[in-house]
Amino acid sequence: MIELDTSQAHDVAVLRPQGRLTMVHAGDLRAAVDQAVGDGRTHVVIDLGDCEFMDSSGLGAVVGGLKQARQAGGDLRIAALQPQVMTVLQLTNLDRVLRPYGSVPEALRGD
Amino acid sequence: MSRHRALREVSRGRRVLIRVLVLLTLVAGVDYLVWRWLDSVNWAHWWIAVPLALAETYSLVDAFFFGLTTWRIRQRTAAPPAPQDATVDVFVTTYDEPVDLVLTTARAALAIRHPHRTWVLDDGAREEMRTAALEAGVGYLTRSADWVDRPRHAKAGNLNNALLVTEGEFLLVLDADQVPSPDILTRTLGWFDDPRVALVQTPQWFSNVAGSDVLGSQAPLFYGPIQQGKDGWNAAYFCGSNAVVRREALMQLGIVGYVRDVERGVARALRAARSVVAGARRDAAAHGPAVAAALDAVDVAVGRARSELASGQPVSDVTHRFQRRVDAAGRDVVADDLARLHADLAEIAALPAPTVGGGTATLTDDVVLTRLAHRDWSPLGALESVKALVAAVEVDRAGEAQPVMPLATISVTEDMATAMRLHALGWRSVYHHEVLARGLAPESLGAMLQQRLRWSQGTLQVMLKENPLVQRGLSLGQRLMYLATMWSYLAGFAALAFLAAPVLYLVAGVQPVVSYGDAFWLHLVPYLVASQLLFRVVGQGLRTWRGQQYSLALFPLWIRACVTAVGNVLFARELGFVVTPKAGGDEGPTWRLIRPQLVAMTLLVVAAVVGTVRLQLGLATAEGTYVNLAWVAYDLLVLSIVLRAARHRAPRSPERTRT
Repeated sequence: MIELDTSQAHDVAVLRPQGRLTMVHAGDLRAAVDQAVGDGRTHVVIDLGDCEFMDSSGLGAVVGGLKQARQAGGDLRIAALQPQVMTVLQLTNLDRVLRPYGSVPEALRGD
Repeated sequence: MSRHRALREVSRGRRVLIRVLVLLTLVAGVDYLVWRWLDSVNWAHWWIAVPLALAETYSLVDAFFFGLTTWRIRQRTAAPPAPQDATVDVFVTTYDEPVDLVLTTARAALAIRHPHRTWVLDDGAREEMRTAALEAGVGYLTRSADWVDRPRHAKAGNLNNALLVTEGEFLLVLDADQVPSPDILTRTLGWFDDPRVALVQTPQWFSNVAGSDVLGSQAPLFYGPIQQGKDGWNAAYFCGSNAVVRREALMQLGIVGYVRDVERGVARALRAARSVVAGARRDAAAHGPAVAAALDAVDVAVGRARSELASGQPVSDVTHRFQRRVDAAGRDVVADDLARLHADLAEIAALPAPTVGGGTATLTDDVVLTRLAHRDWSPLGALESVKALVAAVEVDRAGEAQPVMPLATISVTEDMATAMRLHALGWRSVYHHEVLARGLAPESLGAMLQQRLRWSQGTLQVMLKENPLVQRGLSLGQRLMYLATMWSYLAGFAALAFLAAPVLYLVAGVQPVVSYGDAFWLHLVPYLVASQLLFRVVGQGLRTWRGQQYSLALFPLWIRACVTAVGNVLFARELGFVVTPKAGGDEGPTWRLIRPQLVAMTLLVVAAVVGTVRLQLGLATAEGTYVNLAWVAYDLLVLSIVLRAARHRAPRSPERTRT
């Protein structure tokens, strides 16, 4: 399940995947980002505070979302990673592309 | 080969015998080659003597690789029981195969016993295929809109597209003609109990091939001792069909590949940026001070991005800031540009209005066009190079349909390239030696040649682009196993020497060796005997002669593959690659396809006649003539297979119909 929070600003969407973000739910995340970007919310933050497990398909959906947001003139950031998610990020070197932010506010400020 | 043939381990005795023969072959081979180079090369005719010695050295290295492969030969027994809850997608890949043929495979795929979903991946996007697939109750997938006007990457692209819209833990990949047994998943999934296993490859076996196998379609040595030997080194590789793959491993490969490509692409663009900006600056004067100022801003942004990258900041952040800085610079140019546009419009409005009569109107148009060309109305357009630079400093991989490409797209044999990358990431592979799918081999010489050309080109592309010897993460054994496969495709050049040497001796008395005396036999015979024994023991019970014939007889094809692969990788030329036709055949014998071989055979026969005459006239020694006549006979025996292949018509198989 993915919670959507649009209360931050008119062009911001915060997506909050719950539980495990794996090959089974990667499509849901892609669809959620698509929807948000399509609605003009091109600044997407994925809040991973409630996501205890992610596999490479989940990461693939994040990368797909990054492309969507960037091509729409916005950005996609990830925040509040749990230890396991941090590990897969580092294992695939994806941390060399995407900065893992400590929290959603930090991700929104970009620091 | 029966499907239910028991899977037996390689016995201890057989393994010891193989290893002893490997050692004997290598010792005798090194002895022979050292003697050849030091004492036997006839330097007087170095132009053929050296190529021949090189060809023999090539063959010894080939024997070394064969020995190394069989050293660890491993025949696995049955897999552990398949985990019941494993989710699987079965992919039937097609491009232009007849709908009936694809459906036969799809229906068999539906009947696979382990729970799964079946999909037809139709790269031809054919309406009748869609209808038939949906009627049969299987899923139907074609490329998404993202692939329009972007590189399609053939079968790798087809699979990458499907990976993003399916979700099974494992995928079984089947070519359109490979009809699976209902057991295929039950027999293989158990190997994935080991969480490090990414791939289980099973043999490819063809049901439309007669016992004589004129086209050499069955590959009993490859789908047997060679893959089993590679398996012993954890280097059994993916052959594109009849294999089960772990999705997580592929997706991980896709993410790692995305990071690597983005880092390289951005770094390359930023390196090139200085000269791009400098070049643009030369033109900038014509576009006014705002453009020059914008270029200064771009230059500063490039410098900052480079130092941010160097300090290890994430690429996404660096490129995002870069884009925003460039955007800001661009806005100033646009504002300036608009002002100039308004001024020019005003000027045009002041030009003489067209009067009555075509001549004047044309004149007026010309005047306007000339002014347009002279003034260059689009300062931004003139800075195309800068725009391209800016677009390249991004993390969206805009040139590709998908940012994440799990299957490697560097080669037309995406399977081997993907397997090598999986091994480099530490994943394991399994070769499961049990026929669990039956396919259709090419039925004409033309189709067969095209298929072999594609395999060899693809393998050589991988060798040139990602040389296994320098890939991080591979063990030494894995590096050598991949190199062994690539090495075997260089055989065409060695064949030239093996064909030319006896002809030159018989026709002109040009002898590449100092003598064919006792020393020659003393060094050669042990090597020949040991290597032949090794080959016989390893290939015991298998029909290996066809493969041996074709590895020499297709020499023009192997050479063409080398030339085109180098042209493709180094000079970006087309490979001349087409999808292998699997159904139908050409009409009449296809002599033109084997012209080089026909020339070679004619030369060999002529040489034999001339050599015999020369012997009668006392112009040649009996020793040299007989050795070379035997050599010619062997060459002819090997090459003769192409005569049969050119006339070959496939038998109509009763169980499968082709349209």
